[in-house]
Amino acid sequence: MKEAIIERSVLEVNMTGNNAGWRLFKDMFFKGLIVLLAFISMLPLLLILYHITINGISVINWEFISQLPRPIGETGGGIYNSIIGSIMLIILSSVLSVPFGIAAGIYLSEKSYGKIAQAIQLSVVVLQGTPSIVIGIIAYLWVVAPFQSFSALSGGIALSIMMLPVIIKSTEETLKLIPYHLKEASLALGVPYYKTILKVILPTGLSGILTGILLSVARITGETAPLLFTAFGNQFMNYSILKPIDSLPYRIFYYAMSPYPEWHTFAWGASFILVVVVLSFNLIARGIAIKWKVQF
Amino acid sequence: MGRIDKSEKRFSAIIFLSGLFIVVLLLAIFTTLLIASVPAIKVFGIGFFTGKAWDPSVEQFGALPFLVGTLLTSFLALIISIPFSISISIFLGEYYKDGPISAFLRSAIEVLAGIPSVIYGLWGLFLLMPIMRTIQTQLGVTPYGVGIFTSSLILAIMIIPFSASIGREVVTLIPADLKEAAYSLGATRFEVIKNIIIPYARSGIIAGILLALGRAIGETMAVTMLIGNSNFLPKSLFSPANTMASVIANEFAEATGLVASSLIYIAMVLFLVTMLVNIIGTYVIKKIALEASKEVT
Amino acid sequence: MESSVLTVDNFCAYFGDNQILKNINLSTKNNVVTALMGPSGCGKTTLIRCVNRMHELIPGAKVSGNMHLRGDDIYSMEPIVLRRKIGMVFQKPNPFPMMSIYDNVIAGYKLNGIKMGRDEFDNIVEHSLRNAALWEEVKDSLHRKGTFLSGGQQQRLCIARALAMNPEILLLDEPTSALDPKSTAHIEELIVELKKNVTMLLVTHNIAQAARVSDFTAFIYLGELVEFGPTEKMFTVPKDKRTEEYLTGKFG
Repeated sequence: MKEAIIERSVLEVNMTGNNAGWRLFKDMFFKGLIVLLAFISMLPLLLILYHITINGISVINWEFISQLPRPIGETGGGIYNSIIGSIMLIILSSVLSVPFGIAAGIYLSEKSYGKIAQAIQLSVVVLQGTPSIVIGIIAYLWVVAPFQSFSALSGGIALSIMMLPVIIKSTEETLKLIPYHLKEASLALGVPYYKTILKVILPTGLSGILTGILLSVARITGETAPLLFTAFGNQFMNYSILKPIDSLPYRIFYYAMSPYPEWHTFAWGASFILVVVVLSFNLIARGIAIKWKVQF
Repeated sequence: MGRIDKSEKRFSAIIFLSGLFIVVLLLAIFTTLLIASVPAIKVFGIGFFTGKAWDPSVEQFGALPFLVGTLLTSFLALIISIPFSISISIFLGEYYKDGPISAFLRSAIEVLAGIPSVIYGLWGLFLLMPIMRTIQTQLGVTPYGVGIFTSSLILAIMIIPFSASIGREVVTLIPADLKEAAYSLGATRFEVIKNIIIPYARSGIIAGILLALGRAIGETMAVTMLIGNSNFLPKSLFSPANTMASVIANEFAEATGLVASSLIYIAMVLFLVTMLVNIIGTYVIKKIALEASKEVT
Repeated sequence: MESSVLTVDNFCAYFGDNQILKNINLSTKNNVVTALMGPSGCGKTTLIRCVNRMHELIPGAKVSGNMHLRGDDIYSMEPIVLRRKIGMVFQKPNPFPMMSIYDNVIAGYKLNGIKMGRDEFDNIVEHSLRNAALWEEVKDSLHRKGTFLSGGQQQRLCIARALAMNPEILLLDEPTSALDPKSTAHIEELIVELKKNVTMLLVTHNIAQAARVSDFTAFIYLGELVEFGPTEKMFTVPKDKRTEEYLTGKFG
């Protein structure tokens, strides 16, 4: 508000010349254009959320979430296998990526200026920007091909590779924010360095690290491409990580691309669930970042 | 005390190795792609990317259609999205830095960025495609509905959040005294934006665009669902086509032998291109952040 | 020798190629406060950090000479063992934000994995907080986190934390620089009280503070120990011209 007052009084004092009116008009027009474009960009979001809710919410019922898919021609059924599959994949990929990610993040926060640290940081950047389908191919070549079978494990590995960069970066940044004097206090008490990190620094940075983990989980929950040739999808229920497994995004893709209208409605229903889950993870992550924030 | 020493050494080793693991992982990814592409490289060489025909029946694979598909969709998406993302950057960075409107728009952008790709595809398939069909019939073009233009449109929507947030950050980094100097000379807000803010933030905005481009090139699901899955060189903006990412998504699951190797060859090039774009974009942003922190002193 | 808690012999400290401390010689007796005073950058903080070997945590730090704590060579001991015998209070109060007041006081035990009964810990907590003149103010909120305390209270919590380990010597590195005058006065009173049971080394850039609380003073200038002696004598009849100039405010 202060800026607006400055500019108007400045304008009133300094406005000279015949083109003052034209300049003011351009100014107003530009602002209107910016506001218009900014709000038009919101339109797709509103439309998408609207359509998902309208088309999806009516499909959701107890049967939908607890039953397996029926063969085409039969009515009813649900996406129980996809929901459980997604949960299993989330757990699997978190177990694989969280320990490595936090450890690497700790290393980077301790030694951010060494040559090796820079190489790691570069690798993290490249990894984060790698297309998810390429990661799917890698998981295929490393896990599916040698064992001649699609599996939940290969899908979990692909997803964990995608989770790593986010976890590493948020751990590194969170720990770097912790002031040195906290470390000093612990060291001066005779606590060994590694215990200082594990028992003082990590707990202090817990909220930031958790936020990073939740955000990366939110990201991979909606990923389909890496699962196309790894987890592969499975219309039956499967609890074994060595066999193909279904997932929400995969089912949405499969049903959406099919020619059957019943399956299309199921795709909307599954999308509704997926969007709610992903947005919830994001909200919780943000909530943790704010509520559990530690004051130094 | 030797016990403490051992624990210290073990701890340092664990975190060091975990960090190193990431580098090793990346190198392993590249090496795997390279080795698996060798069969295709041996047969087709670099000419792979000028070959127009992708024909499994005669084992003749040329990737030009997919290169063209990727370039067309990505750049078209970029062009469509740029006015919007720059507007958002200026809106949030200059006009409405705080307050409820700002918070609303910022949340909306975050939500947009968080929506899974396959859902964009679903929405595009059932809501955008019929509209495109109608438009195409009006224009007298074959009403595929899907094709390059449709997927570019959905891609544009998907990449707006990326360039917008980076653009916004860069715009807010501009030192206030530069703007004040301009205002005190009698400039309008528009003139300050046009003559001071945009040139100053130019490299940051370009970096944001680069990163959005990287995202667009690698985007798979929404594009796969809306591009029409045709392996022929697209003849117009409304033709169905395939991008490098979508052809892999469509064909890899059942591929063997030379087909598989060719697809992996494509994947490797995809990997290298996005890597390059991301490194340049990130490097530019780092430089800008460094300059900005120096200005404070 | 036995009555000395800390002796420093021909001690030099370096930071890379820079020599920060030149041939420091001093010793402190039981239950006295020794102040290290001098202008900014003279090396007094480095000296105090060499006592509990925190200086060497900075890459490029080197030392030569000897320091003994009750006859034990400080630089031959395991740093971790040494630090458990020495307490340190820092310029900026730094209670652990994730721990309650109770846990902060016994942090030295908890973090080092030293186990004791609940009653023993209760005793240590109450004892240390009383010694730090903080018990009455926090006894009903022992299990709340320490961050709601004021700056002065947080600093007393840090003192309690250091005292809980029963240190041979308590190092205080400009403990009141970050505090307001009222809290500063409280801490100075506390130091004078603690003198009865604890030996202390105090770094201060505040000449008046040194005069108020210390029994002995070391004046350090440009890395050299210019003068060392009983505070009262030094402040009234300084032996070295530089000391006199510093005390009268000609520099620093």
